Formats: sequence, structure tokens, C-alpha cells
Amino acid sequence: MTSTATVAVLAGLAVGTYAFKAAAPLTFGARPLPDWLARLTDLLPAALFAALVVVSTLTHEGELVADARIAGLGAAAIALERQAPLVVVILASVATTALARAL
Amino acid sequence: MAFGITATDAGLSPWETTAFSTFVFGGSAQFAAVDVIGDGGAALSAIVAGLLLNLRCLAYGVVMAPALVGPRWKRALWSQLMVDQPAALGAAQPNPDLARYAYLVCGAYLFVLWNVATVVGAIALPDAGDVVTDWGLDGGIPAIFLALLWPRLRQPDQRRTALAGAAIAFALVPFTPAGLPVVGAAIGAAAGWRSRPADADADGETDRP
Repeated sequence: MTSTATVAVLAGLAVGTYAFKAAAPLTFGARPLPDWLARLTDLLPAALFAALVVVSTLTHEGELVADARIAGLGAAAIALERQAPLVVVILASVATTALARAL
Repeated sequence: MAFGITATDAGLSPWETTAFSTFVFGGSAQFAAVDVIGDGGAALSAIVAGLLLNLRCLAYGVVMAPALVGPRWKRALWSQLMVDQPAALGAAQPNPDLARYAYLVCGAYLFVLWNVATVVGAIALPDAGDVVTDWGLDGGIPAIFLALLWPRLRQPDQRRTALAGAAIAFALVPFTPAGLPVVGAAIGAAAGWRSRPADADADGETDRP
């Protein structure tokens, strides 16, 4: 991606995100969100995080691939199951990925 | 730090990387957008993926608004800190003054830490292409997303939503340009939506970090 496109992403994301963050404090205050919107904001992250797990584990440059990252993800899941802190989860995944790749 | 490494590996300059952390200041959306950029996706896909993730800041704003009293310029400035942890901590306080205090302290701390760590990551390992794969650093990204997802999986409707999102993304990868599978997966939210909050209320938890 060119630098111009990167800056476009940066600007678009920064402005849009700020609009979400500041909407209530600056305008409509403490009035609750309509039910459907509250439920959407609650559910969207689950769908997106799950999709990001799939895409960041199983794709390379837009193609489906199976490689060492799958082993890393497994290690991360085990660490999470044991309620390890985030740093440990990441390190477990990184180390397992490196190991699986070296084998 | 992970963001600094990831972003420079995706081809961003250290300046661009740090600007993301300062001006967007929303960890998961930054990772999502940079992931799309790194895979060669379209700018619009990257923006939409990031914004869908940050839609939850709108809900945090509603929760925190009663506590954030003050002149308009202050409220405008404070709003930039409207991310998961400060909002959760603020919402857990018994009164508005404490809520504002907790929100601001946590938010400011997080903002400084996040930006410093980004700079360190971006400068310490620029052009780290081979290092990233040799050390397995690319395996850290799925781990971060999985960790963000994990606490949500305890609720049945969130679990259904996640499964639908993952399935849609998987199905779209071979047929669509990078970035679209993630955006398309947002439709998966409908799967959780159809099963009304009944089961979410049943276990009575909100799993915000």
C-alpha cells in the first residue's frame, strides 16, 4: 500500500473513531443508546475478533495457507484456558510458532 | 510494542505507526487496519474494519458521559481516552467524581504507555521482515486477537457471533481481496443478534476487560 493510502486509512480511522468516542460526551450526553445499537456494539467485536483470528492465522497475502502459526494459536488457546496474563499468551504463541517453523 | 513491530512490518514508517497510536488510539482497530494494509487490502476495507471495531467506543461514551462534566474543550480532550480499560474502570466507580478520576488516570497512563511502546517497537525493529518470521513474531498477532475474543466466548450469544464471524471470514478469503473477509464477518453479528439477549442475561455477565 502506498504512503498516501496509509495516510488516508490513518485519517479516516482517526476521525471516525474520535466521532464515536466523543459523540456522547459532547452531544447527547447520558441518554442511552437505542436497544438495537447497544446490542450491535456489544456483538460486533466478537464477530470481528474471530474473523481476525482466522485471517491472521490462516492467510498469507490473501491466500489460505496452513503453517506454523496454527501451532502458535493452539499454544495461545492453552495459555488463555489457564488464565495466563496477556504477555505470557503472546510469548507462548510466538515461541511455539518459531519452534514449529524451525522443525 | 507489538503494534510498532507489526505496523513497520506491514510497510508503515515509524512516523505513520506512531501517528496511528496517537490519533486513532484504539488498539484492536489499529491492529485490524494494519493487518489489512499488510495483506495489501484496500484503504476503505482497512478503515471500515477498524471503525466497526471501534463502534463500541460509542457505547463507552454513553456510559461515561454523566461523569465527564466540565467545559466543552475538556470533554473534547478527555474523549480521546474513550477505550476499553478506562471506560470499564470508570464505570465501576461508585460516584461520578471517582469515575472521572479513574477514567482520566487510567486513560492517561494507557495513552502514554501505548505511544511510548509503539515508538520503541517501530524503531527497535524496523525492516524486520525475516526477523518477524524467524522469531515467530507473526504468531503473536493471532494470539492478541484470540485473547481479545476469549472473555466474550463465555456468553452463548457472543460465542455464536464469533463462530459465524470466523466461518464467514474463512469462506470469503479465497474469493475476495484482503480486508473484505474481516468486514464481511461483521454480518456474523446477526447470528448472535437473532438469539435475543435472553441467554446473555441468564448468566448475567458483561465481559468487558
